[in-house]
Amino acid sequence: MSLSTQLPKLFVIRPIPPTVMARLRRRCQVTVHESDQAPTRQEYLDAVRGVDAFFILPFVKVDKELLDAAGPQLKVIGTFSVGVEHIDIDLCKERGVKVANTPGVVTTATAEHAMSLILAAACRLREGIQGVNDGLWGNKWESGLWLAGAEIAGSVIGMVGLGRIGLAIAKRLAAFEVSKILYTARNPRPESADPIGAEYVTFNDLLEQSDFVVIACSANDSNKGLFNAEAFKRMKKTSILVNIARGTIVDQDALYEALKTGEIGAAGLDVTTPEPLPPSDPLLGLPNCIVTPHIASCTVTTHTAMCDLVADNIFAALEGKPLKTPLY
Amino acid sequence: MALRVNCAARFIARWKPRIVFSQTEKLRGAPVICNTNMSSANAPKVFVSRRIPEKAKSLIASQCNAILWEKDEPPTRAEYLEKISGIDGLFCLLTDKIDAQLLDAAGPNLRVVSTMSVGYDHVDVKECARRNISVGYTPGILTKATAELTIALLLATSRRLKEGIRAVETGEWGTWKPMWLCGQGLDGATVGVVGMGRIGYTVAQCLNPFGVARFLYAGHRNADAEAELKAEFVDIDKLYSESDFVVACCALTPETAGMFNADAFRKMKKTAVFVNSSRGGVVNQEDLIAALESGEIGAAGLDVTTPEPLPTDSPLLSLKNCVVLPHIGSATHDTREAMAVLAAENLIAGLKGEKMPSKIDD
Repeated sequence: MSLSTQLPKLFVIRPIPPTVMARLRRRCQVTVHESDQAPTRQEYLDAVRGVDAFFILPFVKVDKELLDAAGPQLKVIGTFSVGVEHIDIDLCKERGVKVANTPGVVTTATAEHAMSLILAAACRLREGIQGVNDGLWGNKWESGLWLAGAEIAGSVIGMVGLGRIGLAIAKRLAAFEVSKILYTARNPRPESADPIGAEYVTFNDLLEQSDFVVIACSANDSNKGLFNAEAFKRMKKTSILVNIARGTIVDQDALYEALKTGEIGAAGLDVTTPEPLPPSDPLLGLPNCIVTPHIASCTVTTHTAMCDLVADNIFAALEGKPLKTPLY
Repeated sequence: MALRVNCAARFIARWKPRIVFSQTEKLRGAPVICNTNMSSANAPKVFVSRRIPEKAKSLIASQCNAILWEKDEPPTRAEYLEKISGIDGLFCLLTDKIDAQLLDAAGPNLRVVSTMSVGYDHVDVKECARRNISVGYTPGILTKATAELTIALLLATSRRLKEGIRAVETGEWGTWKPMWLCGQGLDGATVGVVGMGRIGYTVAQCLNPFGVARFLYAGHRNADAEAELKAEFVDIDKLYSESDFVVACCALTPETAGMFNADAFRKMKKTAVFVNSSRGGVVNQEDLIAALESGEIGAAGLDVTTPEPLPTDSPLLSLKNCVVLPHIGSATHDTREAMAVLAAENLIAGLKGEKMPSKIDD
């Protein structure tokens, strides 16, 4: 009997950096879905049969069907994400399946991507890049106001959510010499807000006063569709909305109307409903809307760190030790 | 042929023009001359070479015999040289080449050139000095807008925004996997600023909270940057070899022209992100294209090119790892208005023989 059959079985849903794969292969019998095409539901339900550990991405719905398919020997699920709406945590707890996500390590990359969207929307980069490609650069500069955009300096920032990621974004914005940072959250967070002079306000006040509104809160049933037609009406006509949290927090049809009619100035979205957003979605036809494909955490260092963290949690669970970032 | 019109104007105490209200007529597309009064022999004659924000236009028109170019398209060189004959002052943009030929065409009355830009590589300042022509420019007021655009460009390049936007539009966005569209983070990076002047310093200050490990810089010493950001003054080769981000914020001078060439790109890291929001002329563009194509450097973000505008068939535009913007560094309403007003104030002060708010010392 070969040694490898004694190693716990691990299924990895997508290709990961070679350094992390090497770590996993040293301590587990690893199967991985190597193809460029994502696995179908049936494919991964089949692949998890009999595994001890499962390395997943957020498109994998962890529910009764999946836990049944894996079998009672399943000890741990590690998700390559901070968000966990795709996991029935109570059910996992009930069945003694440990669950871990990847908070903390994504903070700087996500805050940085939020900044890239805030600045891209303010400076009208999509129109600028397109203008160069389309040969509009030339005559139009001459009138001195082509592509005139918004400045962060002197503006009012409205943070929806001041958790790890929200605070990191606010700190970066503060260096641009904004005039005020407002925030809204379930409860005030003086330990985060005071050092940067952020002011706790109601949601409506934030909407009415902000030049830049940044959604950086976690998604749940209570904030589904929070940004609806009424919210956009309250926002300034020149305001810029950026969402790096979850698509569900925004009523996307209402957003389309608001952008098209000039109810708000521009939007930068890294998250949408659905994901992926179909190329035919009307939002993509608006020059003042920038959509990126959920890449806020996508830097080489961060993704490698996330994979390493999933690996660490899996090893801990398999060895009966406390997990680094457990969900319960 | 220019059409002379009478138009309403502000009463200016010092000049005391007689203000005449009458119907205005304007031939479509023709340049408009605004007189402040019927006999305005005393008001200096100026040419404003493009459409500019209203506030600046009114300021100039209230104090001068202003020949205003109102078309969207710029004047041809021939039209330009014709219009400026006999002028006292010139309000120009960075796209106008102010050289001996132009100064000759203007004639001996020309005593002030005012450019609506901080860069003045388009102005032969030595030739102007020789002819006792004062040159005004617009430093300081465009610093913040330009620094913000530089950072927007840096992040758009390092975080692969162009590819990301394209992936959504083309349906390439599938159920993604780790490492797809991974970019270069600022966290823990070394940022090299070439030219730690007003703009370079503001860029560095704004990048600081992103977790930059080290700022290196080359050019002239900046004690404030060293104190506040612990920026290290190094020779350019060290900056090239150690920086993850190389940001060009220097003026275009004979010393900096073409400095970013094959040699420079070879010295840079293979993952380096190069950002230029200064002048196209500091880059050897053919060498840059080759460096991006061969993977000598990681990516480039450019707000300035050679020429401007960049032709739509430029190889730069078909490179995935290159972002090109149409020179919008200072493009915010407030900043452009402030630049135009400052340039107008420079022009008027110079014509009156008063101290110009921002004069280029020769």
